Amino acid sequence: MNRQELLQTLRERFPDEILGVFEKSPKRVYIQIQPDAIVRLAQYLFKEIQARFIIASGVDGRNQMEILYHFTVEDIDLVISLRVTLPKTKLEIASLTSVFTAAHWIEREIHELLGINFVGHPKLKRLLLPEDWPEGVYPLRKDYQEWDPTAIRDRGV
Amino acid sequence: MGSNCDQGQGGVVPRTIVPIGPYHPLQEEPEFFILTVEGEMVVDIDLQIGYNHRGIEKLSERKAYDQVTFVVERICGICSTSHPFAYTQAVEDLISVEAPPRAQFIRTIIAEGERLHSHLLWLGLAGHFLGYNTVFMWAWKLREEILDVMEILSGNRNNYAMFKVGGVWRDIQAHDIPPVLKKIESIIPTLEKLKRAVIDDPVLHARTKGIGILSKEAAIDYCAVGPTARASGVDRDIRKNCPYGVYDQIDWDMIVTQNGDVFDKVVVRINEMFESIKIIQQCLSRLPQGEIDCVVKDIPPGEGIGHIEAPRGECFHYVRSDGTNRPVRHKIRAPTFMNLPTFKETVIGGTISDAAIVLAAIDPCYCCTERMAVRNTKGQTLWTGEDLIRLSQEKTAQIKAQIGRS
Repeated sequence: MNRQELLQTLRERFPDEILGVFEKSPKRVYIQIQPDAIVRLAQYLFKEIQARFIIASGVDGRNQMEILYHFTVEDIDLVISLRVTLPKTKLEIASLTSVFTAAHWIEREIHELLGINFVGHPKLKRLLLPEDWPEGVYPLRKDYQEWDPTAIRDRGV
Repeated sequence: MGSNCDQGQGGVVPRTIVPIGPYHPLQEEPEFFILTVEGEMVVDIDLQIGYNHRGIEKLSERKAYDQVTFVVERICGICSTSHPFAYTQAVEDLISVEAPPRAQFIRTIIAEGERLHSHLLWLGLAGHFLGYNTVFMWAWKLREEILDVMEILSGNRNNYAMFKVGGVWRDIQAHDIPPVLKKIESIIPTLEKLKRAVIDDPVLHARTKGIGILSKEAAIDYCAVGPTARASGVDRDIRKNCPYGVYDQIDWDMIVTQNGDVFDKVVVRINEMFESIKIIQQCLSRLPQGEIDCVVKDIPPGEGIGHIEAPRGECFHYVRSDGTNRPVRHKIRAPTFMNLPTFKETVIGGTISDAAIVLAAIDPCYCCTERMAVRNTKGQTLWTGEDLIRLSQEKTAQIKAQIGRS
């Protein structure tokens, strides 16, 4: 299956779930999808297309939060990034841990760094932050305020 | 665990918690393993990471694009080229430029030199943990040659600072090529000898064959990458499947084995070293003339992805720009992030004396094992990390005696 066939199949199979397809370059495609369709799309890509899940990256935008789920179909040298946007009032999305084990750690990481809740994750505890890090402080958010007056952190150029 | 352990109720083998870690200042990836053992058998493993979480992603949002290259270079001392490589790929994808051909060749040479020294480092340490200090000495002696090569090419033994968005900082001089080729070729005979010694040794077979098996299905489910996945029969290599640099113009083979045990991971890495030598030789002899960088002025708004094959597997960078001189988001995923969780498959069901080599087989940072301590459930220290290595070495000695080669 080449790139065009794959994108065509995706559009036909998920007509309502896919909100837009942005073909950035011959090797990169970004697909905006409905947040509640993430498990179905991930399942399809992982199980039927045999795409490999690379990682997910959470991005704090001005009005909403974004998660990009990066998959790669190595046979056709293509990176597919599924983009979901979540309103800041309801930061919640279904966990992908039921689809592949590889989602466990990254969902824990996004949970603690950006404060997004992954519904259905079996063990949503901290991954990187120390135990004395206060609850409800999310370091990767844009409005993050330094909470520890004794901390020596790089404040940029 | 011997007589030091608490005896459980009614003669049941007691469960003992074995913490390994958490960290040592020398490690690039501090991690804390909590092994639960019943007698000699590991029944559960839990992992904790983040002891040295430096917030590089957050840091990167406060740096200009050129500075970020140097920040990501310092994520890891051993993969000091993989991160800048993936990062520059991501920014180049964002602005849709490509480095000139000569820069692509130089990048490929540096990346393969890094793979060579990283695999040699791992091989030496694996030998040490199994009680083969000769392997350790040989492998690290060869690694010195490679580090010398890197010093000739880049001026540095470890942090090469070669990469910039749009090209490389430093050219390879024509008069440096013959001594570099000579040094690279000088390691081949010893490496051949080492390969035969490792692959034919019955004691090593007994210690590593069938130990810590990661099945192909599990490798796919955990989305394992690099030699860890390739040893389990997943024939995927970013260099082959998603070529970057000049890997598609060079003649080399992807190394895949089928069994997924520690032995196969050793074989994959040893054979990959020969491929790396082949790649460096071809790149140096075919180095084209021309510019080594292109002028990059502004970074437009947008997003870019770069992924490359680091020594341990795929290294992935995602960069988002809003048109200013700093990234608004920079996501970094190192290969060990995907490979570490596979311990749940490989360590459970094995013995505690195999745990050291199985934990090492994916090539995480090794120094953590020097901070190992074995405690019983009352918190009393029974073994230190050195003891666990000794246990592993003693097992090899026993097998040697049984096979009659002691």
